[in-house]
Amino acid sequence: MNCRNIVKELSNYLDEALDSTLKASIEKHLEHCEDCKVVVDTTKQTIQIYCNSEPAPLPEETRLRLRDALKKRLRGVRV
Amino acid sequence: MSAPKINPVEPPAHTLPSQVVKDDEPVLVAAAKAGDITAFETLVGRYERKIFRLAQNITQNREDAEDSMQEAFLKAYEHLGEFQGNSRFYTWLVRIAVNQALMKLRKRRPNQVSLDEEIDTGEDLMTREIEDWGPSPEDRYEQTELSTILNTTISELDPSFRVVFQLRDIEELSTEETAEALGLSVPAVKSRLLRARLKLRQKLNRYFRRSENS
Repeated sequence: MNCRNIVKELSNYLDEALDSTLKASIEKHLEHCEDCKVVVDTTKQTIQIYCNSEPAPLPEETRLRLRDALKKRLRGVRV
Repeated sequence: MSAPKINPVEPPAHTLPSQVVKDDEPVLVAAAKAGDITAFETLVGRYERKIFRLAQNITQNREDAEDSMQEAFLKAYEHLGEFQGNSRFYTWLVRIAVNQALMKLRKRRPNQVSLDEEIDTGEDLMTREIEDWGPSPEDRYEQTELSTILNTTISELDPSFRVVFQLRDIEELSTEETAEALGLSVPAVKSRLLRARLKLRQKLNRYFRRSENS
């Protein structure tokens, strides 16, 4: 296992989609390669920070136009 | 790639946990299918922010995002009878919204958007900007400032990477669901996802690296 292979398998490793042998081989490499460890850790943080991010509230005018469109189509209300 | 269309065949049941799906979703969906408009409006209220963000991230245009969101909810209502409940309603809704947003994007930039073109992922996986981030970005930045950083950074990605990252890592679709929604092969989704993750990591490094905090 070398640094290039670590990058190639990075997604599979983070998604826990590797067999135990390959996973162990990667973790053994990470024990002594600080650069790869940083790449793995910061990529993991990248995914987590986006996954955890809450969407902003809808702009009020956007929300109102959505409500109007739904009323018109679903309830047959003229808006 | 031809224009996507709503596929009445549902994707396989999604097995990943998701924070967005509430326990009462099947009840609301069943009520909406039975004609309860209020139940459908409750579902809209629950997912409108996420669907708007999804459309905004794909189209990079607020007007197109708003249109895509509206059309997605209306189409979902019209086709609700075709939803069999074998997958999450939210996953089904996301697929409809992705189709709407991609159609908008292609209409606006017909020569720039091709999700299925071959992308060489073999050699250009060099990792640069190798530096520890230090304290958690969530602790270091105000919510608004962090949102701006995340939105700016993801908008800099090529659309073919951005949409894959959006579906896999933000909307938490499986690789197979993402592939089906985008008309891509599973290996193509995996290669784009890896590239997207590495590019985002590298771009975020300029904000989050430890030296920025000292």
